[in-house]
Amino acid sequence: MSLLDIKNLSVRFGDANAVPVVDGLDLSVAKGEVLAIVGESGSGKSVTMLALMGLIDAPGIVSADSLQFDGTDMLRLKGRQRRHIVGKDLSMVFQDPMTALNPSFTVGFQIEEVLRQHLGLKGKAARQRALQLLERVEIPAAASRLDAYPHQLSGGMSQRVAIAMAIAAEPKLLIADEPTTALDVTIQAQIMELLLDLQREQDMALVLITHDLAVVAETAQRVCVMYAGQAVEIGQVPQLFDAPTHPYTEALLKAIPEHSLGARRLASLPGIVPGRYDRPHGCLLAPRCPYAQPRCSAQRPALEAHERGAMRCYFPLNLTAEVV
Amino acid sequence: MSAIVLTARELTRHYSVSRGLFQPLASVQALNGVSFDLQAGKTLAVVGESGCGKSTLARALTLIEQPSSGSLQIAGQEVSGASRAQRKQLRRDVQMVFQNPYASLNPRQKIGDQLGEPLLINTALSRLERRERVQAMMQQVGLRPEHYQRYPHMFSGGQRQRIALARAMMLQPKVLVADEPTSALDVSIQAQVLNLFMDLQEQYGTAYVFISHNLSVVRHVADDVLVMYLGRPVEMGPKELIYARPLHPYTQALLSATPTIHPDPSKPKIRIVGELPNPLDPPAGCAFHKRCPHATERCRTEQPPLRLLEARQVACHHAETINR
Repeated sequence: MSLLDIKNLSVRFGDANAVPVVDGLDLSVAKGEVLAIVGESGSGKSVTMLALMGLIDAPGIVSADSLQFDGTDMLRLKGRQRRHIVGKDLSMVFQDPMTALNPSFTVGFQIEEVLRQHLGLKGKAARQRALQLLERVEIPAAASRLDAYPHQLSGGMSQRVAIAMAIAAEPKLLIADEPTTALDVTIQAQIMELLLDLQREQDMALVLITHDLAVVAETAQRVCVMYAGQAVEIGQVPQLFDAPTHPYTEALLKAIPEHSLGARRLASLPGIVPGRYDRPHGCLLAPRCPYAQPRCSAQRPALEAHERGAMRCYFPLNLTAEVV
Repeated sequence: MSAIVLTARELTRHYSVSRGLFQPLASVQALNGVSFDLQAGKTLAVVGESGCGKSTLARALTLIEQPSSGSLQIAGQEVSGASRAQRKQLRRDVQMVFQNPYASLNPRQKIGDQLGEPLLINTALSRLERRERVQAMMQQVGLRPEHYQRYPHMFSGGQRQRIALARAMMLQPKVLVADEPTSALDVSIQAQVLNLFMDLQEQYGTAYVFISHNLSVVRHVADDVLVMYLGRPVEMGPKELIYARPLHPYTQALLSATPTIHPDPSKPKIRIVGELPNPLDPPAGCAFHKRCPHATERCRTEQPPLRLLEARQVACHHAETINR
């Protein structure tokens, strides 16, 4: 039984007829697994996880056949019950550490708040634990940083504090939404290493939301590629990078400069992601896809399982003919 | 060998910073002793993390700011001491593309007018001629004729960056300074925009100064690479040499920290600890010594000069011994 099980999740903004931002997503995460969700801006990767945490407000509409986390149906939880889970068993690290922390309170207070709320720690015990957490996320001179305000910390340090808060109650699942996008390369390497160390040490599952395929190749065990609100390919690392089955995955990989070393031009998909008014009737990638056939623009393909994962395409690449 | 269009010698820019009432002014050495030559049709890439002086260099090269000392020649004409009229002429020859295409275009002006403005200010062309030139350029960067009458908010990020690039190329400058032009874009759009950069360079023979923190993008576009750390150049030379065999420990760390699609498990990542030092209080000696795994007593006291080694310039006391 997997830790997180999402079946047919859809998120719309506006009324029930609005174009879905997340469209019929199926996804599961096993205990202790590192799963990456990759996609370009607007592909629905962050909204999926916000829906799971119950952070989508009106006019957002979340619907799903099942949204099970650790045996609990997250969809039908009331606010109070949800607050017992979110931040404790299920926590999140956000993209911009400068805005994720409250500027009016010290770092120590904000970490202690998590410990107070979820573990019932108070006073000296909470402070002691907060100090341990800061040391665990490798903040130098941790004792003096407890009384620092967020503006006194650099971006990398703030992100470490945000991670300390997220792991304070030893979550079963940590969601990291573009945790290193705002950081420099050398700091990015440090933060990713820290996240993976914590993941192994506490045997927690990690969902990494990112647009950077290279980060995925170095960290994740399994990948879900999203395009315009749909999962188009789910596969294992490194197989997905060696032999992508969906044309969109292939195009993403080819667009990375590293892929075309020495070439004057980069391979690129023509056009842009469809918006809410020009959503194609058939496959969402059809207007941009180099392999598109008449069938692709007539009918939308479903996500089909194959021996290495799943993909949503009538004419998959790098697969022998056993599927379809 | 084509003509040298841009020459910088010991370019330096210091800022005075107030530290509070009754406190003496502090000085930030944002840019320190940068020298290079750039030929027509070639690309110099400037790499480094935030705060290394990349953007200060861009501002000095585009005459937005006066350097504190050092000399800058654009197409053989010395910039410091140039008269008003000469500076106006020089500004035509150096144009710039900024990082954020959402902020660099005027939201109240139509695209056609924005692209025509450089011609209006700098040439005596008639209205009709300007319109013709603008439309020719729009076609070249992949915009449709009907976009002439539209406002920036009607375009996606990638299209806006095309517009910004078209505007910079309107006067056919000798040098184009691009400050992180693709870091706000998705991978597949980044590939389209990078291709456009390469196409325009081929056609007009423009020299590019390409500022980026993304080493895989730099590897694609650059001819020469300049690596900076805390305002100082630490390594500069031809791209092939630097990527194949970086000599400076900082360059090695940067390259090693950059994630790749096909990670090699036999090559462990070079782990550099800590963060960029405070530029108000830079360390004595080599600026990198606090994070450098090879630092010795000499590095703590003596600033290493740039020197020639293996056909490139490197600023490290121990470049020979650590690269044996």
